[in-house]
Order: sequence, then structure tokens, then C-alpha cells
Amino acid sequence: MNHKNFIATDCGSTTTKAIYIEKKKDGYRLEKRGEAPTTVEAPFEDVTAGVVNSVEELEELSKKAFLLKDGKGVIRPNDGKKGVDAYVSTSSAGGGLQMLVAGVVKEMTAESANRAALGAGSIVMDALAINDGRKTWERIELIRNLRPDMILLSGGTDGGDVNHVVEMAEVIKEAKPTSRLGSAKLPVIYAGNIDARNTVQEILGEVCDLFIVDNLRPTLESENLGPAREKIHELFMEHVMQQAPGYPKLISWTDAPIMPTPGAVGSLIERIAEKEKIQVVGVDIGGATTDIFSVFSDKFNRTVSANLGMSYSISQVMAEAGWKNVMRWVPFEMDEQDLRNRIKNKMIRPTTIPQTLEELIIEQALAREALSLSFEHHKSLAVGLKGVQQQRTIADAFSQKSGGESLIKMSDLDLLIGSGGVLSHAPRRVQSMSMLIDAFQPEGITELAVDSIFMMPHLGVLSTINADAAVEVFDKDCLVRLGTCVAPKGEARKGESILKVELADGNSFEMGFGEIKLIDLGVGEKLEAKLSPAKKVDLGDGPGKEMSVSLTGGQVGVIFDTRGRPLTISTNEEERIRSLKTWHESLNLYPE
Amino acid sequence: MAQAFTPGLTRAAGLKVIKTRRLPLLGETLFKVGDKVSATDIVARTDLPGPVSVLKISHRLGCQPGELKDFMSVKEGDAISNGQVIAESKGFMGFFKSEFKSNTDGIIESISKVNGQVYVRGTPIPVEMEAYIDGKIIDVMKDEGVMVETVATMVQGIFGVGGETGGKLIFGVDSPSDVLAPSDLKEDMKDCIVVAGACLTQETIMKAKSIGIKGLVGGALHDKDLRSFLGYDIGVAITGNENIGITLVATEGFGELKMDSNTWSLLKSCEGKRASINGATQIRAGVLRPEIIIPTPEEKSKDSDSGAGSLEIGTKIVVIRNPYFGLTGTVSELIVEPQRLESEAKVRVLKVKLENGDEAIVPRANIERLAS
Repeated sequence: MNHKNFIATDCGSTTTKAIYIEKKKDGYRLEKRGEAPTTVEAPFEDVTAGVVNSVEELEELSKKAFLLKDGKGVIRPNDGKKGVDAYVSTSSAGGGLQMLVAGVVKEMTAESANRAALGAGSIVMDALAINDGRKTWERIELIRNLRPDMILLSGGTDGGDVNHVVEMAEVIKEAKPTSRLGSAKLPVIYAGNIDARNTVQEILGEVCDLFIVDNLRPTLESENLGPAREKIHELFMEHVMQQAPGYPKLISWTDAPIMPTPGAVGSLIERIAEKEKIQVVGVDIGGATTDIFSVFSDKFNRTVSANLGMSYSISQVMAEAGWKNVMRWVPFEMDEQDLRNRIKNKMIRPTTIPQTLEELIIEQALAREALSLSFEHHKSLAVGLKGVQQQRTIADAFSQKSGGESLIKMSDLDLLIGSGGVLSHAPRRVQSMSMLIDAFQPEGITELAVDSIFMMPHLGVLSTINADAAVEVFDKDCLVRLGTCVAPKGEARKGESILKVELADGNSFEMGFGEIKLIDLGVGEKLEAKLSPAKKVDLGDGPGKEMSVSLTGGQVGVIFDTRGRPLTISTNEEERIRSLKTWHESLNLYPE
Repeated sequence: MAQAFTPGLTRAAGLKVIKTRRLPLLGETLFKVGDKVSATDIVARTDLPGPVSVLKISHRLGCQPGELKDFMSVKEGDAISNGQVIAESKGFMGFFKSEFKSNTDGIIESISKVNGQVYVRGTPIPVEMEAYIDGKIIDVMKDEGVMVETVATMVQGIFGVGGETGGKLIFGVDSPSDVLAPSDLKEDMKDCIVVAGACLTQETIMKAKSIGIKGLVGGALHDKDLRSFLGYDIGVAITGNENIGITLVATEGFGELKMDSNTWSLLKSCEGKRASINGATQIRAGVLRPEIIIPTPEEKSKDSDSGAGSLEIGTKIVVIRNPYFGLTGTVSELIVEPQRLESEAKVRVLKVKLENGDEAIVPRANIERLAS
């Protein structure tokens, strides 16, 4: 469809963000951005008040009229003077979509159900399975206490055993689950063994709002998450959102179904990976949670680390990472008690910002740990299907692999995208790039970028009605290209030469193990390079294999990182501080 | 004149305070509109459904799940008691019968013909809801609960642990910068709420708990002391359900901080009165801060001062982040244009005249307005 302009809003837990996109001579471009506090909670209890306020800011900034009189919606279509051709929105207000998933075997159908729910943008409160170690009454109590927005029940392959999935349906029935918002019956999606449908209908038909979709694990070797994910989106709109304050009104204003915020981000990342034919990892680090999205070999995965974030959950980052891991990124000595008190103070006053350089460095150290822990979590969940019979050779008999290996191959990663305040608003862009490199430790040649103003949710939902516009704005206005990281995998002695670099501009240099170096290469610029790794390290083509590549520039440039993979930092305090200071100086990371 | 808005905490006298006392499930309310209640009066009560037990009867009796109902001597909805025979196999010619005795009291909720299990709901658990504050019933929500209103001095803390409790408000030290030592705590402080001045140490908390002091209110806590006392680290500030035998409220934060002098004076003016306190803190959307409520029904009420409001030259503020953390002062200039900080972040700031006479530039995000 030939839309001339759009408005998209994202109703977050605390802020509603609106963007205005217009088709210009050079294609679709972001024109203005406005924001206002979200108004889901008392005293307003109407999400549309925040939407109207944020769109009013767009009106003021663009000197155009977008709102109907008395705030009754967005003017459509655009008549050249006022209004827009389409209005879309995402939402994570009121805690987002909170789901409970259930399957038969924890590592198989319950894990597939977990992936389907996460991929649809929900927070998975818990996963029930016959072998989860809980007693039946514990499962019943759990369902009653959690009060999810929706339950996804799966279990059994088509034509397989029906008893276990039926038993799980009975557990749900006994719990008599009620909805978190309002008093309507709780939606339950059944995506399990086709042969158990009638019995499940008999058991749950009266106590829940039951919806039956295709089995998400029809065979052990295959996963079919699409129908369950689509049904989750549909029910999010029809059931969950209808109960939330002001949402029925907002739904009537939009031209596409409202998507859960992370669902929209995931959908955009999937589209980018598909369009560019690349492997992508995206991260959104917020105040309370960190979401990670990945697409490897066309397989999309999303995970949420529910209590790893930079303000509300910052103390949890410290608790999980530990004092020593946080301090490994800090180039000065600190009293442990002082640091712990500071972190607790940030937790109880989450909106404060670092005023001193020391405080900024500490926050960025914590961000590295939050990102790293979340990525480990993601790698452990983004795995191949478990339970699949594999043909094994005699060599496999000596390995410990049991199927379900991580899909994340860092040497295959093409693009790493960061989003969230600590990455998008770092005072120097090189700080964002450094945090991403230290936390994710990309291997080989990887491009890095950040979401300039957290626009990915808006563009994700926009992509459902105009994919070209979404991808165009994503590329031109949303992504800030930071540059490229070149990092050989492997280890060597400190200072030992491991990489020779010959650049097409005539420059060449050699790098020793344990170093980091930044060269300038601007946005949109390319530079041909011949990279010769030492025998014991690998840039992606195999140990010691030379590569000729075209390096892509960005606002930071190209970082050559020969600190080794995995990256190790000395536990000796003096040596650690010396190394960190040298690296920071090489990157011009902080002011002197 | 330039002005800005900033959040703050409610700390004032003569406020109208309304508390909603709602049952977790429908039940009965015990007072009517206009009744006077004291904090410990039960205003509503209900029975929570008991825990569910699962009895695997068909497996035990060796029958098919579909046949189980024929073996049962009780039906859905029947009350059963521990030891009662509730199912019996038919045996052979009247011999070799086997029976199933319940190992729990409760009501038969359902008999599954799919897996041959019987679900038994245990004895209901009674729940009673206290008024929490002395006051007057102003609304009764049928079967759900009541609303209690009073005029009170109210102090919101910044962080707390432990749930609702109450007692006589007394002072353990002489000034807001004094640290309450374990030796300052006496046996006659049992059942009281003790104001502790500056930092609450682990030793003091342990001693207070052993005496039976209901709550401690101090300027600050040390992360280390809190971790040692609780036995775990708090990762996300959602508290109030700890079963620790004492409620703790910090008014300023973590570290070496004295209690704000206005807060101290406000509490001092209520010395000897009954205080209701709650350490519950939730720092999420819909923030919940710990509170100390001292009803003063003799006073005339005024509107709640949330501490939030306009920020003007002369407004009293406290800095809530390093390098000036905990210092108070007055706003001397509201700088309009964003300024670059030492961290190189470019943000909106203000100039503050600190109580020690120095002048400092502080990000607007790093201050809290003090209630006047």
C-alpha cells in the first residue's frame, strides 16, 4: 500500500513514545518523536491519555494536526494538511503479556511451548511439565498464585501418548485459573497431540476459554511454533488487552492489531535477517529486564532475563554476577561495601543518572555483566530440538553432546544490535561498542549498531502493514552504525603476534595477544583489508587461514580486538587495572 | 520564573490518610460506615481454600480410571476425614477386597476418569484482616473489605523490609545523626516502634528483634548488614512479605546517612503516640514505599503533600546520588539549557546552595524535593 505517512506509538510501563514517519524524496524517514508518561495506572487508568499526550508533542514539533477533536483518536487518512494514512501501536504497559506454559516433557514439548510464548513477546512466568519435579498439588497452587494472562498447553507428538497431556489439562482445570485483569475466563491455547483434542475440550471447555491450534511439536524432529504464536498475538488483543484500562478504545484507533512490545522487536529483527540474509543478535537492556533476540540459520529465538536490568533490577545483576566479575571492568580500586551501597541506592532510586566519570564507569561495568549473563541465558535456551534421534559416528561416542546444542555461533554472527538507555545514550558511541564487544565477545568479523532512540518496537508493528517502510526507516534513522569488530578466536601468550593487518589505504600493522586497536572509518565507508591470523587463532575460515575482507565503517570505526576468545582479564588487581587503562586509552573510551 | 517538577516522598503532619483493607477472596465485613476502629480490630475475614491433595486411587486399587467412580464410597462434594475409607475394590466372591483410606481431611473436589486420581481440597485457612490504623470506617465494599480514614502524621521511607505492624513510637537516640547501639535498647521497649537516628546496624537489629521491638526506623542501612540479617541479597526491591519478626524502615537510603532533620522533627512531635508501620516496598510501575502513620485525630486535615511538585528557586531539596549524595540545600538556579556533566552526559541540571555553604551543579534527575 502506498502510505504517505504514519504514526506509531509504544505504550511502555512508564513512558509512551510516539514517532511520526513521512515519505520524502529519499524514501520513508523518521520526522519527529514525542513522549509522555504512560497512563495505565490510577489516577488516569486510560492508556489513550498518554497516547494523546505523546501525539500532541508530535503535533507541536511538526506543526501538523494529527488528533481528532477531544482526543478521540488519530485523524485518518492524511488529506495533505492533517492526519496520517495509518496509526499502529505496541504495548508493554501493565507488565506486558504474562504467560504460563505447560508441556509433557520439560526438555521437549514444554521447551517448545516456552519458545513459542517467548517468541510471541510474552514473559513466561513458569513452565510446567510432568517431569518438572513438582507434585500435582504444587502445580495447581502455582497456577492459582501466578494468575497468568494466558496459558499455552502442549504435549505429545501427533499420534503419540495422550494420557500425560490430559493429566496436565486436569491440573489446569483443578486450579480454576482466573484472569489477572478483569473477571473473564482465562484463555488457554491447546497446541498438543491432535488425538487428545476432544478430551482436552471436555476437561477445559467449561472452565476456560479454550482455543485449539496445530500441535507445536507434531513430531520429535519438527517444531511448528507459528500457529501458537499467531494465536497468542490474537488473544493478547482480544482478551488480555480488552481488560486493560483504555485498551478497547486504543484498539479501535489502530489500523493493525496491537502487538506486545518485544513481539514487535522480534518481528522486525526476523524481517531484517530474512531480507539481508544475515545472522543477527539484538539486545534490549531496560531498567528491569533484558531481552535478547537472535536469528541463526533462519531460526528465530527470543529470551527475557526477567530480573537483569540497569535500574529496578541492578542489584540482581550484582547478586548474580558477583563483586569480582563486576570489578573486572573497573580500572580503579573500590571498597566492596561502598559499591554495594551505591548499587542498592540506584535500585531504590532508579531514575538517577551518573554525574561523575567514576559512577559512569561503574554503571557500564554492571551493564557488561547484565548483558553477558542475559546472553548466556539466551545461548542456553536457543538450542536445537532435544529428543531427536541422531545418527552418531564412533567419534561422537566420546563427546558429551546430547542434542539440543546452542544455535548461537558467534563466528557466524553478521550484525549485533544494541538497544536500551545504557547503550543508546552512552556519552560516547565507542562506549556502547565496547560494552557490546566485552559482553557478547563476537568472533571473526562482526558489524555492530545501536538503536538510536528505541524505535524498533514501532517499526516492528509497522512492518505488519508496510514492511518496506519499516525496513527503510530502520536502516536510515533507527540504526546507528557503530562499525566493525575484528576478533580472532583463540589464545596465545601475552604480547605474542597473532594478527597481521594490511589495509587497502596502504597502512599495515601487527597486533599482539591482549591488545585492542581502533581505526577511523566513517559511516557508509568501506575498506578492503587482508587479515593474516597466526596459526593458533581463527578469524572464521579456520586456524591460521588468511582472509581478504571488506570492512564496514560507522560512527566509531573498526576495532581490532586481539584480547582472545574467550576474553580473560587478569585476576591480579594491579595487572587488571593496567590492562584496562591501556585498552581504554587505545579506544579513547573515557575522558582523561 | 523557571520551574520544574520532581518526585518526592510524603512526609507531613495533619494529612488525611485512607487505607483500603481488602480481603484476598470474598468473605464478610464486620463493621459499618461511621464505626470507629482501632488498628488491631478485625474488620473483615474470610476462609482461603485449603491446599489440594491428589489421591492416586485407581492405581492403588488396580482398577481402570474409567471404572473408579464405581469403586468410590464417596462422591464429588462430600467431606472426608483422615483415615476414612473412601474407595473399595469389589474383590473376588466378596473376598480379597482392598480399600483405600484417605490420608487427609477435606472435600472431594473431583474424581478423574482419565487418570484415576481423586482431588481433595483441604480444610479452609481462615484469614483475618486488621484495621491497621486507628480511624473511622468511611466505606464498606460488600464481602470484600472496608476503607479506614484518619488524620495522621505520615512519613514515607525510601526502603523497608517486613510487613504491617504497630506500637508506641519512642526514640532510642537524641539526634538524627546518632547511631542506635545495641546497648541503647532496653527490655521496656518491647512492642514499641523505635526511632534510631542514623544507620541501622545488624547488631542493633538483632538485639531489637530479641527484645520483641516491633519496628525500627532509621536514616539508612548498610547493604552488608541487611544481607547478613536476611540471609540473602535483595536483587529486586519488592519487599514486605519477609517473615523476620521485625519491620525495618530506612528514610534516606543505603550507607552512612543521617535521618533528614525535618523527618526527625516530624516523628519527634509524635513521640509516645501509636504508630502503624509497614516496610513493604515495591519499586516498579505503581511504586510502593514503606510508611509510618501516626494518627492524630485531634488535628484538622489538609491535602496530602506527596513531596512532588514544582521546583523553584528557594525550594528545599536533597541530592540522591554521588558526589553530593545525602546533602540538603536550596535551589539557587534552574539552568534551562542541558549541561555537560563530568561523565560527559548532557542533561538538564540545577544549581543548589548546600547547607554547608557550597554551591553545586546537580542533574535534575538526581534530586528529591523535600516536603515543606
